[in-house]
Amino acid sequence: MSARENILARISKARGSSVVADISAEIRRHQRGPIPPLEDDLIKRFGARAVSLASDVAQARTITEVPALVARYLGERQLPMQGVCWPALAPYGWNSVGIELQTRAARGDDLVGVTGAFVGIAETGTLMLLSGPETPATVSLLPETHIAVIESGRIVANMEQAWDRLRVERGTLPRAVNFVSGPSRTADIEQTVTLGAHGPYRVLIIIVG
Amino acid sequence: MEVTAMHFRRKAAESLENAKLQHALKKMQSKFVDKRAAAITELPNFTEIRDAATDIRERVVNHLDSYLLRFEQEATARGAVVHWAEDIEEANRIVVEIAQRHGVRKVVKSKSMVTEECALNDYLASVGVEVLETDLGEYILQLAHEPPSHIVAPVVHKSKEEIADLFAEKHKRTRKTEITEMCREAREVLRPGFLSADMGISGANFIIAETGSVLIVTNEGNGRLTTTLPRVHVAITGIEKVVPTLEDASTLLRLLPRSATGQPITNYVSVLTGIRGQDESDGPEHFHIILLDNGRSRLLGTELQPMLRCIRCGACMNHCPVYQNIGGHAYGWVYPGPMGSVLTPSFVGLENAIDLPNASTFCGECAVVCPVKIPLPDLMRHLRHQQVVRHLRPWTERVALRLWSWAARHPAVYALLTRAAVRLLCLLGGKEKRLRHLPGASGWTKGRDMPAPAGRTFRELYQARRSL
Repeated sequence: MSARENILARISKARGSSVVADISAEIRRHQRGPIPPLEDDLIKRFGARAVSLASDVAQARTITEVPALVARYLGERQLPMQGVCWPALAPYGWNSVGIELQTRAARGDDLVGVTGAFVGIAETGTLMLLSGPETPATVSLLPETHIAVIESGRIVANMEQAWDRLRVERGTLPRAVNFVSGPSRTADIEQTVTLGAHGPYRVLIIIVG
Repeated sequence: MEVTAMHFRRKAAESLENAKLQHALKKMQSKFVDKRAAAITELPNFTEIRDAATDIRERVVNHLDSYLLRFEQEATARGAVVHWAEDIEEANRIVVEIAQRHGVRKVVKSKSMVTEECALNDYLASVGVEVLETDLGEYILQLAHEPPSHIVAPVVHKSKEEIADLFAEKHKRTRKTEITEMCREAREVLRPGFLSADMGISGANFIIAETGSVLIVTNEGNGRLTTTLPRVHVAITGIEKVVPTLEDASTLLRLLPRSATGQPITNYVSVLTGIRGQDESDGPEHFHIILLDNGRSRLLGTELQPMLRCIRCGACMNHCPVYQNIGGHAYGWVYPGPMGSVLTPSFVGLENAIDLPNASTFCGECAVVCPVKIPLPDLMRHLRHQQVVRHLRPWTERVALRLWSWAARHPAVYALLTRAAVRLLCLLGGKEKRLRHLPGASGWTKGRDMPAPAGRTFRELYQARRSL
């Protein structure tokens, strides 16, 4: 007998029945657990939580303001004015503020990555990013600086609402759903929190609208 | 990982003598405990969430086969290959077969306790596959050739100075003692590994039946790199890690990082489903998931079944006065603290971990903080009972217990013996009423004085009061 059969046989024997329960109805129900109550202003909550997780947060009224905001952020920190971005963000006039962005997956030596986000989650100040041909996962991961642009209308209260949106808008899960809550960090040496362990050292979230 | 749990008493004593370790443990203690306490108060409905989490894990454990089969079906439909392994030998063999089939020379690994169970790194090295641990703590341990001493903070037993020495020796660079600089140096050393590896190996914090996904949490982002860059991804996990739906995973995620490190969420949570799409520019081309039993299914239907609810947060060890004083290595296997005192005897045999169920003060704090309400002291008590039933305790102890039990069942004898004992102890206590040495019980008096009894037994005092 194979390991699979042996393991399944032991489980059903311990359960005292060889009939495998039908769990499809339970799974279809997507029953939610208890949800922590949140204050009404989701955008404010999202921003405050993101800051508490060491992200930088900026507000833009329209998408046209974004390149200038990014240029100022990079300039103030003396960071390079070039990097990679998701294709959907390419047409926003980066050149006019002196930023040069290529639309492709990131490589090890790219220093700035600009992405969107599927939604933002107010409960924890978290970005939810979906991988895909137009949204390569490496852009938010390999560069030392990650800049994420998100429309305020795409901030939801919690992870459960994010799953609902994903089911409605996409149907199935992409290869990778990445929840990002601030810069990469480690506390492995003497429990001292240090940013930029392997992923980005800094995350700037720009909320539009 | 080699089992050395049978040497617990000796290793615990050594740990208490180890000044460096004691210093590191003192630093750790309050941080994890205080941070968890603060993180829990952030959730006004913590009790309901904990009940719901317990219920989810209980449901899964009760119908493990249903959820595993559903998981297998969904994962396979998305292009992953699901393997089942009875034991660590089989799991290791499967990993090596995958590596050989795909011509893998270099592996990057994200932290996984199940691969520690398997001693996978040694096994891969023995067939000529190079393995690089990428969690900073695990990487440090790999350099030092040491096992982890904590499941969440594996290198908690080492000081900054020791790590600085290690880096200077192995990296052949100038010795740095600033933690920020040390982390940057490790980042620089590890980055080429991520970019050149053929295979990434990770564990799974949960696997999701609804979608066939593997969910991993990390703070460093090494988990994301490991599962995104190499062309092959292998995830290895215990069969008990399955949860029904994405909503259930969300409920558990409110508790896992809060219980572990006091964070509301880890920096990265990744839900990985299937392989890279045809027009996608990143992600692995091959995805293998290994479901390891290694003793887990044998706990089903026994008193120890609740242990399968465990989500490996480490809160039980952080709050355990025994762990706090001796650290993780003394426990002699992958899982230290109260969870290890149950898991190690269950997985490697009670006779090979004889002292672990006794390595507890039964203060009960582990059960209080467990996010899925595992009654750890009850499980340890069950194992203690098993030790006696299976005659695994020393004969002296068995005889002593038998005598005591006989005396306890004969009230007159019991009264006589206790009266004699307290009189004697009172006398031994002298004017100071302190016992400095107790023949036959030096374990109690070696490190402290014991107050001497006042000279009358409880029964005598009770009698006296009643006759007033």
